[in-house]
Amino acid sequence: MHPDPVIIADRLKKTYGDIAAVDGISFSVEAGTVFGFLGPNGAGKTTTMRMIQCVSPRSGGDLCVFGLDPAEQPRMIKQWLGVVPQETNLDPEFTCFENLMVYSRYFGIPKREAAERVEELLAFVALTEKRDVKIEHLSGGMKRRLLLARALVNQPRMLILDEPTIGLDPQARHLMWEKLRELRAAGNTIVLTTHYLEEAERLCDRLVIMDNGAILVEGAPGELVERYVGSDIVEAERKPEVIACLDEMGVRYDIVGDMVEAMTPDPREVARRLFETCNPGRVFVRRATLEDVFLQLTGRNLKE
Amino acid sequence: MAPSLMPDLSRAVWTVWRRNWDVFFKTYHVNFLPPFLEPVLYLVALGIGLGSFVGDIEGVPYIRFIAPALIAISIMNSAFFECTYGSFVRMYYMKTFEAMVATPLSIDEVIAGEMLWGATRSWINASIMLCILAAVGVVDLPLALAIIPFSFVGGLLFAGIAMCFTAITPGIDELNYPAFLFITPMFLFSGTFFPLSVLPGPVQAFAYALLPLTHIVTITRSLALSQPSPLFAFSIAWVTVVTIAVFLLSVYLMKRRLVV
Repeated sequence: MHPDPVIIADRLKKTYGDIAAVDGISFSVEAGTVFGFLGPNGAGKTTTMRMIQCVSPRSGGDLCVFGLDPAEQPRMIKQWLGVVPQETNLDPEFTCFENLMVYSRYFGIPKREAAERVEELLAFVALTEKRDVKIEHLSGGMKRRLLLARALVNQPRMLILDEPTIGLDPQARHLMWEKLRELRAAGNTIVLTTHYLEEAERLCDRLVIMDNGAILVEGAPGELVERYVGSDIVEAERKPEVIACLDEMGVRYDIVGDMVEAMTPDPREVARRLFETCNPGRVFVRRATLEDVFLQLTGRNLKE
Repeated sequence: MAPSLMPDLSRAVWTVWRRNWDVFFKTYHVNFLPPFLEPVLYLVALGIGLGSFVGDIEGVPYIRFIAPALIAISIMNSAFFECTYGSFVRMYYMKTFEAMVATPLSIDEVIAGEMLWGATRSWINASIMLCILAAVGVVDLPLALAIIPFSFVGGLLFAGIAMCFTAITPGIDELNYPAFLFITPMFLFSGTFFPLSVLPGPVQAFAYALLPLTHIVTITRSLALSQPSPLFAFSIAWVTVVTIAVFLLSVYLMKRRLVV
């Protein structure tokens, strides 16, 4: 059986005055997968999320979530969505437990059922010990985890996360990733935006890279790296000899500050020839990452 | 695309109201003191202090003249400040509305719930004040008890007016304008501390046409002194019509601000 996609967007568009924040993008998200939106600030990721969440009406094109139109049946769609927002919007006056209880009331979940579920969710995000602690006494990582738990109170069919690990320390990020992988393993559909490329590489089954409201590429992370950069990067000092050498070998390269980055499927050979013939100084070989793809496609200039 | 003028409401409005109610009782120690203290301060300063020079107004002692006006002012202030500064903080700084509309709640329900809560604040404060004023014996029982349900309606009127300002204000500081240019003059010129009849005719007409507090004072005073004003029915009609109008308008303006 091949399930229908959970989200289908066809030439989806959002304009503010003359400015197209999202400029006719098409994509689809399959059930049970993790789908990522990557892109620099202002690329249109969050706007796309807001349209999927039924809080921002689209300006053009078609959008279908769970087979429904967000403009027609927002309540139905929102009943099945779990949303982790970019900015923490927990109720500071309430404890962890109370926050989740108040939120479950918005979904019309009966009190007894909600209380049971909330205890389970607090355990899932490792906050049982903080059950009766007010939000202001939580660390940044705990707040993000509580937001994740809150997004799960209605047992959503799809989870939407906008920058789920922004501002977290490495321990807290890894714990968050672990929880998201557990959720995926349990068959959940997850849609996330991030500009941490490592995060996208670790979590996403498929992703799109957006810039200026358009989708530049779509694919699995590994496949995109292979397609746009190749398997490895050889970095060497930026010297005329090195550049001449690389030109002669016909290897594609980028100049980044005082370094040259050469993209190649055969890093040993490139490094050997550099050492033998053109006195390159320091040379590093590393695996190509999604970050290399991202910078290739969106450029190295600051976006803001 | 202009938002619809008809609000999209369901029973879920009460969950928004209930969230604010729960927060209120979490911090009750700061919330219950003002309605206790305020009437006592005004009664002593104005009723006893100033009243000893004033004598009777329209055949009633000054302290009994201003007692219902103090309740009316409290109805105005409670809802107005809850739905301007309070709602703005929840909307803009705490992103509470954003959290709510990520659930099946519509933005219409969030705004309606906020206004019902503002009205509830008026109801709570007016009820407490009424108890104190009754204990001092400056209002007529049992008719004055009708102020308790009425305070909710009056509160809803000011909640709606406040929410219109909140919907159009660029930032929290600009909310000072309606507070100083609208609320403060009303506090003084709505027949609160002196009868409107001493003012020139056009000013009286202005107060009856455009100052909501005038009608709230007319109604609370009629009930507290068991002396229905000749304008009682007109004031009830004015409050009813304007409350409905600003309720619908504020939801519309808020959608225009937030649904983008």
